[in-house]
Amino acid sequence: MTNQRRPHILVTGAAGALAKRVINQLRDHCDLVAVDFREQVYLGDDIPSYCIDFNKRVFEDLFRRYKFDGVIHLGRIQSSQLTRMRRYNANVLGTQKLLDLSHKYGIKRVVVLSTFHVYGAVAYNPALIDESAPLKSAGLSADLVDSVELENLANIYLWRYPQLNITILRPCNIVGPGVRNTISSLLASGRAPVLAGFSPMMQFIHIDDMADAIVLAYRKPARGVFNVAPQDWIAYQHALKLCGCKRIQIPSVPPIVPRLILRTLNLRSFPSYLMAFFKYPVVIDGRAFAREFEFQPKRSLKEIFRFYRENKHPV
Amino acid sequence: MSLASFLKSRLIPAELDQHINRIRKPIGSLGYDPWGYNNEAMKYGFALTKQLYEKYFRVEAHGVENIPAEGPVLIIGNHSGQLPLDGILVGYALAARQENPRIPRAMIERFFPTVPWLGNLLNEVGAVLGDPVNCAKMLANDEAVIVFPEGVRGSGKLYHDRYELKRFGNGFMHLAMKYKAPIVPVGVVGCEETIPAIANIKPLAKALGIPYAPVAMPVVLPAKVHLNFGAPMHFDDLEIPEEQVTERVEKVKAEINRLIDKGLSERKRLF
Repeated sequence: MTNQRRPHILVTGAAGALAKRVINQLRDHCDLVAVDFREQVYLGDDIPSYCIDFNKRVFEDLFRRYKFDGVIHLGRIQSSQLTRMRRYNANVLGTQKLLDLSHKYGIKRVVVLSTFHVYGAVAYNPALIDESAPLKSAGLSADLVDSVELENLANIYLWRYPQLNITILRPCNIVGPGVRNTISSLLASGRAPVLAGFSPMMQFIHIDDMADAIVLAYRKPARGVFNVAPQDWIAYQHALKLCGCKRIQIPSVPPIVPRLILRTLNLRSFPSYLMAFFKYPVVIDGRAFAREFEFQPKRSLKEIFRFYRENKHPV
Repeated sequence: MSLASFLKSRLIPAELDQHINRIRKPIGSLGYDPWGYNNEAMKYGFALTKQLYEKYFRVEAHGVENIPAEGPVLIIGNHSGQLPLDGILVGYALAARQENPRIPRAMIERFFPTVPWLGNLLNEVGAVLGDPVNCAKMLANDEAVIVFPEGVRGSGKLYHDRYELKRFGNGFMHLAMKYKAPIVPVGVVGCEETIPAIANIKPLAKALGIPYAPVAMPVVLPAKVHLNFGAPMHFDDLEIPEEQVTERVEKVKAEINRLIDKGLSERKRLF
């Protein structure tokens, strides 16, 4: 009798809360290797963890040593982290290296985590944007170029190397315990800035639901690009109210005024390049993903907001 | 009792509250839909429009029962009167009908979402950015959608051009055909007299980034408004050349012209 080989999976961005949850879901059935660009994390004795720059030669050694079957690429450096140049290197060049190695070593399944930010926030956005819509963000803010480039790269590999079975996920705002992105820190703060007179519709997905979505996506090799969002919506200012945040109104017209204010204050929690996302809605349609992978989020918006109301400054 | 609930109890009678709740909209767990419609905000909008509709413009609506009780439908009308009052009144007529009321969605100019407060307010009461993708997704969601194919050409026209239909876009016909949505034409009479404009200052409009800058009185006159809804028009979804689509649009336009003439002949006096 032969022992069936457990799948070997490389998970990037291991220091993030989302990757930790994905790892916890997969660790019983798979042999995992965790890497992160930023720091080394301890994930138990059974999971080797590395702090490696994808662009360094030693990264290839991991592929040789562990003979991966799949890659879950969650290691996108967020727009609020690092400088523009370093982020570009990590997200675009690093991802290219990762996909090149995946191709070279015959990997059968790749899941890439992107973001809904790639659609870009403009006044003329229709609601329920689907996957075929153009990615306008690159033309709107230089700080989001690397996110769009990462997606385009993944898309090129998706079509050029069908055997890689690449699935790209574009989630809406990921929030919940342990999440350190811009929107999560705003919901968690006591006082949050808003642009006076603008309260765009937003979508939120609980981090545990997102981890479920990634694991589901990994298990079913359906290639393509998918939005991930629940069928529930709320206006930004209403969400802040439900999270128990005081709203600080920033004058919003003419558009130069808020940009000047935000640049001068240089608020990390409310960066000027994301300003448009707090002005105009980017509502994505997650129905294709829900259908294809039979995905149904389990945590409601009310539950998410209750967490933030009861846990101010959770991280 | 908080201030909000006190105001609500004064402004929104229980009957009205129930009426809106009875019209079930596909909304999320916190009362919003993807386009920003909000059930609670709608109640305030409805209460305010009731006063405008009944007391101020003393609207007379005929044939509102022609709008099907369910399924996708496009309500196509003539646009007039500088402000989108016609859309609000047509919407109210449908939402307030006793049998099978529906809350329709109005397609609005691309300029509105950029205006602070107003953009959000319009969204909350059901108005949606006039984008073909939005219209298509709403028809797929079985909504009733109000479209004025004249767009700003219609609402910005001057008093001496009143009740003259401007060029219609073909977009609505393509959507109606694709989603097998019947078209209910509506002739709006009276809105042209609410804000009569004698000129349009184009350089000012350009400088302010608004569609037009009318020279008009800064008040909305209480003209009596007549709404005449026609019978639903059905079009098949065959692949046809654009010329034939335009012919179909002309048919709808002719029907609206007939309904406008009907309204004008019914009208005894302007106010």
